[in-house]
Amino acid sequence: MSEIRNYTMNFGPQHPAAHGVLRVIMEMDGEVIERCDPHIGLLHRGTEKLAETKPYNQSIGYMDRLDYVSMMCNEHAYVMVIEKMLGVTPPIRAQYIRVMFDEITRILNHCLWLGAHALDIGAMTVFLYCFREREDLMDCYEAVSGARMHATYYRPGGVYRDLPDTMPKHAGTKRHSDEETRDRNADREGSLLDFIEAFTDRFPAYVDEYETLLSDNRIWKQRTVDIGIVSPERARALGFSGAMLRGSGIEWDLRKKQPYEVYDQLDFDIPVGTNGDSYDRYLVRVEEMRQSNRIIRQCIKWLRENPGPVMLDDYKLAPPPRENMKGDMESLIHHFKLFTEGYCVPAGEAYAAIEHPKGEFGIYMVSDGANKPYRLKIRAPGFPHLAALNEMSKGHMLADMVAIIGTQDIVFGEIDR
Amino acid sequence: MTTQSTLIETLPDLIGSPFISCHYELGEITCEVKSEDIVDVCTKLRDAPEARFDVLIDLCAVDYSDYGKEGGETWEGSRYAVVYHLLSIENNSRIRLRANLSDESSLGIPSIIGVWAGADWFEREAFDLFGIIFVGHPDLRRLLTDYGFIGHPFRKDFPISGKVEMRYDENQGRVIYQPVTIEPRTLVPRTIRKDVFSNTGPNAGSNSLRSNSLRTGKTGNNGAQ
Repeated sequence: MSEIRNYTMNFGPQHPAAHGVLRVIMEMDGEVIERCDPHIGLLHRGTEKLAETKPYNQSIGYMDRLDYVSMMCNEHAYVMVIEKMLGVTPPIRAQYIRVMFDEITRILNHCLWLGAHALDIGAMTVFLYCFREREDLMDCYEAVSGARMHATYYRPGGVYRDLPDTMPKHAGTKRHSDEETRDRNADREGSLLDFIEAFTDRFPAYVDEYETLLSDNRIWKQRTVDIGIVSPERARALGFSGAMLRGSGIEWDLRKKQPYEVYDQLDFDIPVGTNGDSYDRYLVRVEEMRQSNRIIRQCIKWLRENPGPVMLDDYKLAPPPRENMKGDMESLIHHFKLFTEGYCVPAGEAYAAIEHPKGEFGIYMVSDGANKPYRLKIRAPGFPHLAALNEMSKGHMLADMVAIIGTQDIVFGEIDR
Repeated sequence: MTTQSTLIETLPDLIGSPFISCHYELGEITCEVKSEDIVDVCTKLRDAPEARFDVLIDLCAVDYSDYGKEGGETWEGSRYAVVYHLLSIENNSRIRLRANLSDESSLGIPSIIGVWAGADWFEREAFDLFGIIFVGHPDLRRLLTDYGFIGHPFRKDFPISGKVEMRYDENQGRVIYQPVTIEPRTLVPRTIRKDVFSNTGPNAGSNSLRSNSLRTGKTGNNGAQ
């Protein structure tokens, strides 16, 4: 008889299923994982320290780059904590715009998660479908902010600008006939809100498509049912949040329980799982996409009926309109001061959290009264989730490691910060 | 979160003496705790039925050595503090604990990994970035910085550009580390303006920025109200 020994195996840091730069050292007993030790920090940029060296508004762009698949949600927590410390409330229209884009972001995030998770487990079609929808939503990002991903759209005191009245259109190409180009631009004739509404009309059918491909799929269920089970008690002890917590059967959603912006005026449901396995978390996230669609439609309706300011009318915080700067000396001075020195935030500390697509994304900020944060701590939802990788993967097969990383919805931009 | 304001009144009775002070600001409760009491306080906060803080949301360290250096109020506490953010799912409330690290030389604080298992990586991160020793942590290794990194980068005396840079050396045929060649520079100086609105403090109602802001029917933009 040959001697049986455990052996150590290295996974990553460059591996398509590692969702970025994750290195895991696994101790294997045959094909069963005995213990694993994730090594993170390969994408550590020191965002928190960088933010300490910049005026408040210059760090908004860094927030986009944390969780780079749900950009505006990161910005949201950051501007919320600044607004909390300044004691300002953005105009109601800005709050609705933020909520609408938070939910667009949630769909963006869940589409990428679903596509990547399914691709890891072997279902390629879902990935292509999901990216088709992401493309439309990124066009919304681009229409409103000029950037497809790193928008820097939310600002303390509101949002950068109001929703545009026109959508950019596809230009004709050699590969597309005039008729095809016209079809591609069919939804783009009206305003951004028309475009988003057309998307929300289509989207529930798309989610049905994903579910047709996966929910009753024998292979999908074999790969996700009873994989990575987390009990409600452990989920709390490990600091889980978001879909990871709801998948374990705990009804907890900051949008309902500690509502921020206008979530308390919107109608939506929180899906909750029962078994706490990967399949339940999949069902929870798919239902969240449908609920987000519902919220977006309510926001569109409200935004159509209620025009108004989207930024505070306070030039100590928000720059004056550019037209004023041409003729008004005081506006010019305000603009100059804001973009050179920025504004000072009263000394103190605050924590603001939002229901990010991945869980609770919070910013803890300490200010000493200067024009830059004294200390910024980003509470990334993926961080405690990944920390539990050892516990979740123990006793599973090597191939399940990929499914567990997938179900945790890991993005290294936010974990490594 | 209606419990938030009532919670602060029950807290001292609930926990007993270990709190140095408790205050309520911006809708958040902050309690100062002695570092040696932290495990005791956390266990009570987790188990007491009025508190039930069953989730450790965040744990981070703060280095107060440059606090108010540009003319603001300076920090009276010790240089390092560890800040805990707790959440009670059952009671829907939050609390923040701050433990000052009194001894500059040893920088030790008991680990709370026995109270919440989720503290594991948070403590490793605080150790990595600030050099705080969590006594009792079973595996206190560096987490975010490079293998073989020297120093604790989030301390205020650590330069933003770092101390070493890495490049490929053709002669040696390998990657080498060398002292940084970047000139340190500050694009926007750090300033504390007392005359604008930072002199009134977070609780003042007559703050110019606060009173000028558009009130749009809904006050308070976060759940901690």
